[in-house]
Amino acid sequence: MTDYKHIGKDFVPPDILGKVTGKAKYAEDFRVDGMVFARLYTSPIAHGKVTHIDTSALDTMEGVIGVLTADDVPAVEAPNAAILTNSPAYIGDPILAVAAVDELTAEEAMTRIKVTIEALPFAVDPLDSLIEGGPDAREEGNIFVRSREGSGFRTVKWSQQQVDEFRAGKEPTGEFTDEWSYGDVEGGFANAEVIFEAPFVTTGYAHMSMEARTAMAYWQNGTCYVYGSAQSQSFWMPGLARLLGVEMSKVVLISENTGGGFGSKIGAYPIAALPGYFSKKLGRPVQLRITREQEYYIGSARVGFQGWIKMGFARNGRMTAADVFIIEDIGPNATGGDGSSAGGAVSLVYDPAAMRFRGLPVLTNTTPRGAQRGPGQNQIAAVMAPLMDRAARELHMDPLEIRKINAVNSDTTVYAEQLPVTSAYMTEALEKGADMFDWDTKYNQPRRNGNKVIGVGIGQGYHSAGTKGFDGLIRITPDGKIHLHSGIGNLGTYSYASTTRAAAEVLKCEWEDCVIHHGNTEANLPWSSYQAGSVSTFTHTRANYVAAMDAVDKMKAITAETLGGVADDYDIDGERVFNISSPAQGMTYAAVAARAIQLGGAYSGASYPDDIHEITQRAVQNIAGTGLIGVAKDKLAQEGVIPGLAAAFVEIELDLETGKYDILDYVGIAECGTVMHPQGLAGQMKGGAVWGMGMAGLERHVYDPQNGLPANVGYHQCGIPTYLDVPAVIRTSAVDLPDPQNPFGARGIGEPAMGCSVAALTSAISDALGGHTFGRTPVSRDMIVNHIAGKPQSFKPQQTNNF
Amino acid sequence: MAKDMMTRFELYQPADIAGALELAGKLGPDGWLIAGGQDSLDWFKDRAKRPGAVVDLSRIESMRGIRETDSGLEIGALATVTEIEENTLIKSRYAVLADAASRVASPQIRNVGTIGGNVCQDTRCWYYRSGIDCYRAGGSTCYADTPEGMNREHCLFGADRCVAVSPSDLAPALVVLDASMVIQNKAGERTVSAQDFFIGPDTDIERMTVIEAGEILTAIRIPNTWAGARFYFEKVADRNTWDFALVNVAAAIQVENDIIQDIRIACGGVECVPRRMSVAEDIARGSAKNEETARLAAGSAARGAVPLNYNHFKISLLENLVLRAIRDS
Repeated sequence: MTDYKHIGKDFVPPDILGKVTGKAKYAEDFRVDGMVFARLYTSPIAHGKVTHIDTSALDTMEGVIGVLTADDVPAVEAPNAAILTNSPAYIGDPILAVAAVDELTAEEAMTRIKVTIEALPFAVDPLDSLIEGGPDAREEGNIFVRSREGSGFRTVKWSQQQVDEFRAGKEPTGEFTDEWSYGDVEGGFANAEVIFEAPFVTTGYAHMSMEARTAMAYWQNGTCYVYGSAQSQSFWMPGLARLLGVEMSKVVLISENTGGGFGSKIGAYPIAALPGYFSKKLGRPVQLRITREQEYYIGSARVGFQGWIKMGFARNGRMTAADVFIIEDIGPNATGGDGSSAGGAVSLVYDPAAMRFRGLPVLTNTTPRGAQRGPGQNQIAAVMAPLMDRAARELHMDPLEIRKINAVNSDTTVYAEQLPVTSAYMTEALEKGADMFDWDTKYNQPRRNGNKVIGVGIGQGYHSAGTKGFDGLIRITPDGKIHLHSGIGNLGTYSYASTTRAAAEVLKCEWEDCVIHHGNTEANLPWSSYQAGSVSTFTHTRANYVAAMDAVDKMKAITAETLGGVADDYDIDGERVFNISSPAQGMTYAAVAARAIQLGGAYSGASYPDDIHEITQRAVQNIAGTGLIGVAKDKLAQEGVIPGLAAAFVEIELDLETGKYDILDYVGIAECGTVMHPQGLAGQMKGGAVWGMGMAGLERHVYDPQNGLPANVGYHQCGIPTYLDVPAVIRTSAVDLPDPQNPFGARGIGEPAMGCSVAALTSAISDALGGHTFGRTPVSRDMIVNHIAGKPQSFKPQQTNNF
Repeated sequence: MAKDMMTRFELYQPADIAGALELAGKLGPDGWLIAGGQDSLDWFKDRAKRPGAVVDLSRIESMRGIRETDSGLEIGALATVTEIEENTLIKSRYAVLADAASRVASPQIRNVGTIGGNVCQDTRCWYYRSGIDCYRAGGSTCYADTPEGMNREHCLFGADRCVAVSPSDLAPALVVLDASMVIQNKAGERTVSAQDFFIGPDTDIERMTVIEAGEILTAIRIPNTWAGARFYFEKVADRNTWDFALVNVAAAIQVENDIIQDIRIACGGVECVPRRMSVAEDIARGSAKNEETARLAAGSAARGAVPLNYNHFKISLLENLVLRAIRDS
């Protein structure tokens, strides 16, 4: 293993102190002179048309500053989310905003507004809309297909018989809109020793960001300053500018800290632009902090699945074919894409020799959906784990063995296109986890002890974990400081900071001499990827690497130009550029930086590569002449899918009289290439484990089908796991084998860290119940109690958004 | 609806019960009594309840503390749930109450929430809490008791236009300990047994207890009757903390020579009031304390239950908890 100075070492990210002491500023902590406070009036019904708004009572109400309605903001074509709408499509859809001298006055004003809404039919379960005669969630149709070939509404209905058969677990015969396949699926099943089919439901549930999204905005000389709650930083800029209707150069985004996003704040969301419009209308700064309840509406939820899967296995356990059908609950705004991603995950994690995916995205009048940690991959991970156990049982194999036989490795080809992977070591992850967990002993232990029964389970998680083509930017100033400009958002993973360590590694500099700039457009940040999709680590170690390499090349060239010789005569170390054959001859970084300013041109940022993004260009323009500039677009070679992988092992003890279980042991293994930041990785693996435990058994998304009213609009009602619902110790480790397509061997891990957990726990619950597969997440307490009592479940088969 | 924004109200902080009673009488329906605030503030922040005045009882010293008396214990209504959980007298003599206290909400809530508030708290029916116009809120319908109502957490027994359940963990423990609830009003003091303190929708659909406007629960007295008995408390909720019971059970059993001499069992989460398991008690009383008795008695626990669409699992859970209460106490 390479002996790195910074890579693979723990460090203290600079925002930690503020978070521990409470000094960290989130969007709602900012105040400016003249600022007023806005609150939202949201739709009280699930689907309708606003026919009249009467705010006349506010005309004389003390403290009220103004009202913003859908007429004041750009109209948006359905089914996309608008800033404000006159066509609400879910309870909680924002209709208007009121600004006042304080939030209390604004909230009081809400009670004096009269909004008349003509009610329209609505659906809270895709199957209720899909069935012939069922209501459509939008007047334009009940299906919205997003595709490169053209997006649009459709109306798709299944006959009563088709819905009944699907509910009964049979292969769906109704119309679908998405299909891909590879290999000979029919032949794969013909060659299988064991074949089974299984229906499944995975409930989508809220993102539950602790920071209810907030934005404050004001205009200065035609530029809109937005203090937002953003998951990404530079990546927000194009979308935010588009929402505000201005050039990107006329927007400044300040988002130093974000209280969670989990996929719900990846790009600029409409409500973040509301204060910009309101501020323009009122001529005053406006802050909008939505309520906890509204965060459960506007803050979005995971896509729910209602599906069917058929799998075939050869005698040796290899999966010969898989056939997957998924109805996606895409909410009112047609956001999702989880279904096909789930199919992709089946292809990658279990490597069936042949596979087909079919999907149907159905609109509902429930919380808007959005990418949530492992969107698609983690839902299907929970579905697959107990089914892999079932296959193992029918083939008389160890559940670990069947996973190893089908494990993705560096030669596996994946997805419909059968693409290569950059590298993959799932077998190593499984073996390392089995060893730490002591799988053989736990798997073979006596299971029953009075009312208690032990269950063990294995889970595998996957998400693509990297992208390419973004920019890196660093600057060395004459005081010897190394400025690392990071355009990634500060979601809480610390990757905005840990990825800059790649630049420090290249520059062989001391971490104490480095200054990270982030969280504010005016901090001159480069064009960076979204802080999501597990991509930051792979993508921005590369971007920081190329920027630092550019700086090194420039420093060598400057030194050669100053001291004689050619650049190749020089090397770097100890924050000096020195002559390789005469190390005493050289220049400090500080001196080189001062010289760069004198020499100008590309050295000082006066000129820059023409392939860098306009955001990076503006950043360079602003800092040009202040030091030596290292700036480059990542054009390093990259081919194939970049997998982030994880494996988990869980042991539970389930009480057969109460349906409750305790998690006795948890081991999670990351397979993310070289470990960049051990503490950060452990945080991801543990946080992912907890979230997976919530998805497996606790977290709910309940809608009343009578009125479209959601039952879960608070942390308590949603059932997120508490400290006492998870094991006191969550053990984690990593395979730590380098990926060849990253300069330091690193790949991402965020999402698989959760997928392996929900899969392992679902598998363990099934194991504890003698292999019973519920075909549903979460496996709630009542489901376990009913199963043990031999009673039917309360809900209709394949029903969703219910208890 | 969770608006995170309380309406304005006048705050009164009387120093004694007389002052509080005077305020309560004067303010009438516009006044709201608050102790730890763990239920009240939820209502206020959700703007579903908008009292014009709040009477904060927390400064009334005489309502604090846990005192030994000739006939047992007197617990001030302002004693926090943590104090109940940690009190050595309660732990040694009435462990069922300490055990129940240890399972209330979360440590943070227990530190602030009071025993008075715990037994007076309103039901957690999610429809009702969302502020809609159900029967309990003065309207003319129950959204939970319909063919499509989401009623997993609702009642098995005693439905009468409303299917909400008692959310308290302390209430069943107080019922099995045969506690007396001390209520003060302008006319003086009256005591009501814990069993009779809680009322169902058939008695008053808008209240959970017998407390009338202008009255204050000031203390809870626990008689010596069950001191040192065998006890059992168990709560099954979705989560291990910060959750309400799907079903809970409290039991007090007097055993001599392995024969159950006397027994009281009460369950929460299955009816609007803590439900006495009278038939199970009758079956168990006089029988050997063993698995067979426990199973016989448990078999009666759900007799008369009328499950709703999503809560028939509570029948199995109720039977199993009664079984455990007798078998494992």
